Amino acid sequence: MLQTDLHSYVQLFAFGLVAGLTGLCAIATVVTQNIVRSATWLLFTLAGTSGIFFLLGADFVGAIQLLIYVGGTMVLVVFGVMLTAQGPFIHMKTNGAEWAISIAAGILLFSVLSVGLGSEYLARATGARGVSKDEDTKDSHHAATIGQALSGAPYGPERKNDNNAGTHYLLPFEIVSVHLLVVLIGAAYLARAKRRKEEIT
Amino acid sequence: MSDEVHLYPYLVLGALLFTCGVVCMATKRNAIGILIGVELVLNGANINFVAFSKYNAVFQVEGMIFALFVIVLAAGEAAVALAIVLNFYNNHATVDVDGADELKG
Repeated sequence: MLQTDLHSYVQLFAFGLVAGLTGLCAIATVVTQNIVRSATWLLFTLAGTSGIFFLLGADFVGAIQLLIYVGGTMVLVVFGVMLTAQGPFIHMKTNGAEWAISIAAGILLFSVLSVGLGSEYLARATGARGVSKDEDTKDSHHAATIGQALSGAPYGPERKNDNNAGTHYLLPFEIVSVHLLVVLIGAAYLARAKRRKEEIT
Repeated sequence: MSDEVHLYPYLVLGALLFTCGVVCMATKRNAIGILIGVELVLNGANINFVAFSKYNAVFQVEGMIFALFVIVLAAGEAAVALAIVLNFYNNHATVDVDGADELKG
């Protein structure tokens, strides 16, 4: 009992640390006026998000987040910043009134979301606590389960015996693959150097 | 106390990232700043997906699979958006989104 208490406290502390850092980095991303700094804060926010995924036990998703987001998307964004960062575009200011309206709208949106979540939390914490969990969720967070679900094989503890297990994600997986191919071709087409046009005109 | 109660701090963090993304999209005039806002919004949604996959037995695998799909689609979206931004920069010599008004009636 003491051990589980200690474990949950450590987990709570780790969550508080990572979540606080992630939230602060996200706010800094918005607040800073320099686009290069904004991209750097976004990098830390994405890394913090992958830390949250690791805390949640989703190791595979956290690793993919580090690989694709922090490794791939951030390189793209930084390249975009470097290729377009010239003098006035690095510090592009928004005027004060727009800032005031946006921050007011943001605070309103966040308070609506968190008040909704908080009321739901209070209802759960005080009221019906009889949500029984008869299956162990700890062991199913492996890459193998995700791979089985993606390839259409039966997965999960309760669906293993089921022969015609309904949901699988083979079709979305294929669609995403084709989508990536289309994106590759489209991005190469859009970003190509245009020499033809000058010859024609 | 039910284990499902631990879900809510994660949802609040997701809401914070979502709000930051929306404000970022609204305030930045740089096209790449808007792209950064979109990434923040998608990350907030991803935190929700993975948190639900841990604390709700129904979404054990589904939450993570949808998080993976979101990550991959966000990578594709970033590639296309940056290609468009670079094209816009080549044609207009600016990345200010207020300059993109040719489609105005």
